[in-house]
Amino acid sequence: MKIAVASGKGGTGKTMVAANLALVVSQSCEVTLVDCDVEEPNLHLFFGGAAATTDVTVPVPVFDLQSCDKCGKCGGFCQYGAITVLPDRILFFPELCHSCGGCTLVCPKGAIHEEPARIGQVTIVHPSPWLTLITGTLDEGKPHATPVIRAAKDMSRDAGIVICDASPGTACPVVETLDGCDACILVTESTPFGLHDLHLAAEVADRLGVPSGVVINRSDGQDKKTLEFCATHELPVLMTIPFDRMTATIQNRGGLISRQSPEWQGRFAELFARCHNLIRGSQ
Amino acid sequence: MKICITAQGSTLDARAEERFGRAPYFMIIDTETGSAEAIENQFAGATGGVGPKSAQLLIDRKVTALVSGMVGGNAREALKAAGISMFTYRAGGSVKDALEQFTGSKLERSG
Repeated sequence: MKIAVASGKGGTGKTMVAANLALVVSQSCEVTLVDCDVEEPNLHLFFGGAAATTDVTVPVPVFDLQSCDKCGKCGGFCQYGAITVLPDRILFFPELCHSCGGCTLVCPKGAIHEEPARIGQVTIVHPSPWLTLITGTLDEGKPHATPVIRAAKDMSRDAGIVICDASPGTACPVVETLDGCDACILVTESTPFGLHDLHLAAEVADRLGVPSGVVINRSDGQDKKTLEFCATHELPVLMTIPFDRMTATIQNRGGLISRQSPEWQGRFAELFARCHNLIRGSQ
Repeated sequence: MKICITAQGSTLDARAEERFGRAPYFMIIDTETGSAEAIENQFAGATGGVGPKSAQLLIDRKVTALVSGMVGGNAREALKAAGISMFTYRAGGSVKDALEQFTGSKLERSG
């Protein structure tokens, strides 16, 4: 079972929900938490332990200028403008390359081969016997998050229960994170901005065929517009977390509310049960 | 010599375009014969890599100078590597006006 935690608007509390949910679930069964916000991962701030790290690489072309006759077929094929063929050499733009391998196939002289180039890393930590945290981190300056997200998710492929913490927004990294998940928890806040972006995120999850439910975070009890939206779009409200200074304090100190309070433990256990229902209901 | 002037339309009377990679047209002009060819930029709407793609077009046509308003980082690198000089024209006039400024050595060289 794979559950994604996404939002649309940033800062709504995805990590808070994902971390607490994983912690509570890990008290009764094995669960793997994957930090798919590879441009700014933060789950590791809440969970400690010895880390094992692996490089994430993507294949990039290497040109053999001896065999190359500057025919220009590689540059002509490249959809991304990564190859410029000059009269005397080849100019390659690594940040434009999408590692499709097409240039190596179209070269009539076999003058191009691929070599791995590092773009980030994946780290595995075991904070407790039944909890595994996989963190994907994209190297600074590298433009493509999706291969790192894919590598992080791949490391969880044998796990029974997986919770993926997505990045904010609705772009390629979020699509990559949601892809293949059985359910999506959309964390929102009851502000016009939050609602606007919730709408976008709900649409993405819908297009990908991933059933979703909503968690309203930092609620001030005035959630009418958000509740109306959820009702109209048939999105079950899975949980409402009230705005509370103590919650924020615990979170900001790297703590988790479900560690501190049996009441929150119970509520996140209920959230997990509701995710089960969401998945069952969609089948 | 063969030069390229970025344009908003396909004639010499068309307004000169300030952007290089996303210019709607590339006007290839032979300064000796006066002949002009308008090439529609098929990469103008691409999500990325337009600079190198446009530079490749100029390289393939053996252009030796570019007259445009703004050239991005990747395009600049490709043009420089190919030895294509870059001149800045931002007066908002026609391609014809830009050509006259160029041949009259009134344009600032930017690369």
